[in-house]
Amino acid sequence: MKHTIREIFHSPKFLVGFSIFMFILLVVIFYPLFVTAEPLEIIGKGTFFEPGIYVNVYDGVNSKQYTLNLDDAAEKRIASKLGDQERLDMQEWLLSFGIPEEEIDIYDTEKLIELWENNYDRSIRFPGMTSARQKYFGRLNTSLAGLLSTEGIVLAAENQETGELESTGIIEQTNYLNVGQVANVRVLPLGTDNFGRDMLTELVSATGTSLKIGFIAGSIATMIGLTLGLLAGYIGGWVDDIIMFFTNLFTVIPSIVLLILISYSIGQEQRGAVTVAVVIGFTSWVWTTRAVRAQVISLRHRDHVNLSKLSGHSVGHIIVHDILPYIASYVVMAFILQISSGILAEAGLSILGLGPKTTDVPTLGLMMNWAMIYSAHIMGKWWAYFPVIVVIALVSFSMNLMNTGLDQVFNPALRE
Amino acid sequence: MPNKQEPLLKAVGLTKEFGFGRQKTLAVAGVDIELKEGEVITIVGESGSGKTTFAKMILGLIAPTGGEIYFQGQLRDISTYKKKLEYWKNIQAIFQDPYSAYNIFHKIDSVLMDCIRMRGGGNLPHKEKVKMMTEACSFVNLKFEELTNKYPFELSGGQMQRLMIARIFLLDPKILIADEITSMIDACSRATILDMLMELRDKIGMTVIFITHDVGLAYYVSDKVYIMEKGLFVESGTPDEVILHPKEPYTKRLISDVPKIYEEWDLSTV
Repeated sequence: MKHTIREIFHSPKFLVGFSIFMFILLVVIFYPLFVTAEPLEIIGKGTFFEPGIYVNVYDGVNSKQYTLNLDDAAEKRIASKLGDQERLDMQEWLLSFGIPEEEIDIYDTEKLIELWENNYDRSIRFPGMTSARQKYFGRLNTSLAGLLSTEGIVLAAENQETGELESTGIIEQTNYLNVGQVANVRVLPLGTDNFGRDMLTELVSATGTSLKIGFIAGSIATMIGLTLGLLAGYIGGWVDDIIMFFTNLFTVIPSIVLLILISYSIGQEQRGAVTVAVVIGFTSWVWTTRAVRAQVISLRHRDHVNLSKLSGHSVGHIIVHDILPYIASYVVMAFILQISSGILAEAGLSILGLGPKTTDVPTLGLMMNWAMIYSAHIMGKWWAYFPVIVVIALVSFSMNLMNTGLDQVFNPALRE
Repeated sequence: MPNKQEPLLKAVGLTKEFGFGRQKTLAVAGVDIELKEGEVITIVGESGSGKTTFAKMILGLIAPTGGEIYFQGQLRDISTYKKKLEYWKNIQAIFQDPYSAYNIFHKIDSVLMDCIRMRGGGNLPHKEKVKMMTEACSFVNLKFEELTNKYPFELSGGQMQRLMIARIFLLDPKILIADEITSMIDACSRATILDMLMELRDKIGMTVIFITHDVGLAYYVSDKVYIMEKGLFVESGTPDEVILHPKEPYTKRLISDVPKIYEEWDLSTV
């Protein structure tokens, strides 16, 4: 036993899979200890904030300011608003407006903006221009305002008595603040989702829930599969016939169809994460049953089983002591695969909108579902779905790798 | 107490069919056998002749599809676990392959302990059990102290088979079925094991059914020899009758297939 475990941990495939899985597991366990925020708390007003460091503007204005004279500051400021794409778009508008092409020099910022300010009219809509395009030019125009100014921004406050604005300070273009000194800074490493929730916190919580679902589903499926497989294989006869009748029945109906039907009939409100896990578990025991049965049938006529019978052991004792240890490695591998397929089944079910109810806990499938409903994939908001895909793939990959590693240890014929 | 004249074990028209329809094969095709107390009989036949199936039916490990088995004059009844247990107290077996006959997860102690429990010694003090196990092991020239906490697969094939005899020593059955017990063992250990088995037989006076393809073995140990071909006993009698003066061609072939050192081996009949 000790020897086997040592051998398992010497298998490189198992080790890699195990490391990935443990890393995910540790993050799921320890992340909530450091970030105690509710995973489903809506913090952002708006959808799909990009990943990044969010600095509170109010606190920034009021925090200590430093003057840094950096040469490329103005250039960068212009470049952030007026990139190559924007310049080309402006050229397109101006050409449509009727300005001759040779007059437009898109690389001379001052001239281009001057030309733009002299000619642009928000109300003009050229033939063939969509209203979205028209609005885009409106936004572009707004963002260009004051771009070339060298003046600072005047801060003003309302005088309580007179109601007039009184200047309280000026923010020069050379003013800087130290992010570490700003009272409120929020790092959103994966941005926010469509509801304005912190993606990372949500993702970690979702991974935990999905692992739980996988574990419950895998346990149920393995328990049912193991029990039925042992009974059918060892007892045989009519017990085998009845069990195999139901197993074959479930084999020919694709389990995803059963999952969809059962989930649908349970109803959105009653579907918690555990309910979904149980449903998945009860629809995926078939292959374990068949495999265990096949193994048991090959074992039950072996001499050590006969010897155990002749030594006066009961059926229960023989199953537990003479059959189970021989198929234990197989069952462990099946269990790992069942967990992984349970997670995938939940993801598949949730993406169809038949997963756990959306108000309770996030799951990996639900996050995919939300990202899909809000067209994150069309709008290019990669952070709303890509990290989820990566986590699902990693969990599945690590488990399959562990399974292969175990297989090679228990099945020496498979070793290279 | 059964009548002395009554056979200890009697099988009438014992049949075993495998499969059904076109694939039906008759492994044992209605054989009769009578076994008197203390007798040693040998069933000789080539692979696939139904010897092992026959042995397993006698043992009650597989159910016959036809025929009856009488044990101590009564129709054998092993329909429940308790009745089986009672039957197996009287009839035991040693299997062909010692490497697969042990549960690799159980230590040697537990194998022997099971035998003591089966003989009703489960409640004995531990010292007493150790004494019994030591005695059984020393009978087969094994040292129990060296075997405790060892697994069967750590022993050699010969040692494992000797341990099987130690098991029978503890179980003290009326009938022992020895199914090709020496076929996986080298020639040297073979004689030792057979000697031990015959010694044990003299000690506890059990009836032994040897199942073998080894005509030589049959000749030396048995009171009666049965030649089995395709599920039927084609010839039976004392070793002298059957092996020295065979009537059936099948028997003659079996005998000629045994290599003899002093004359050239005729491979053309194989």
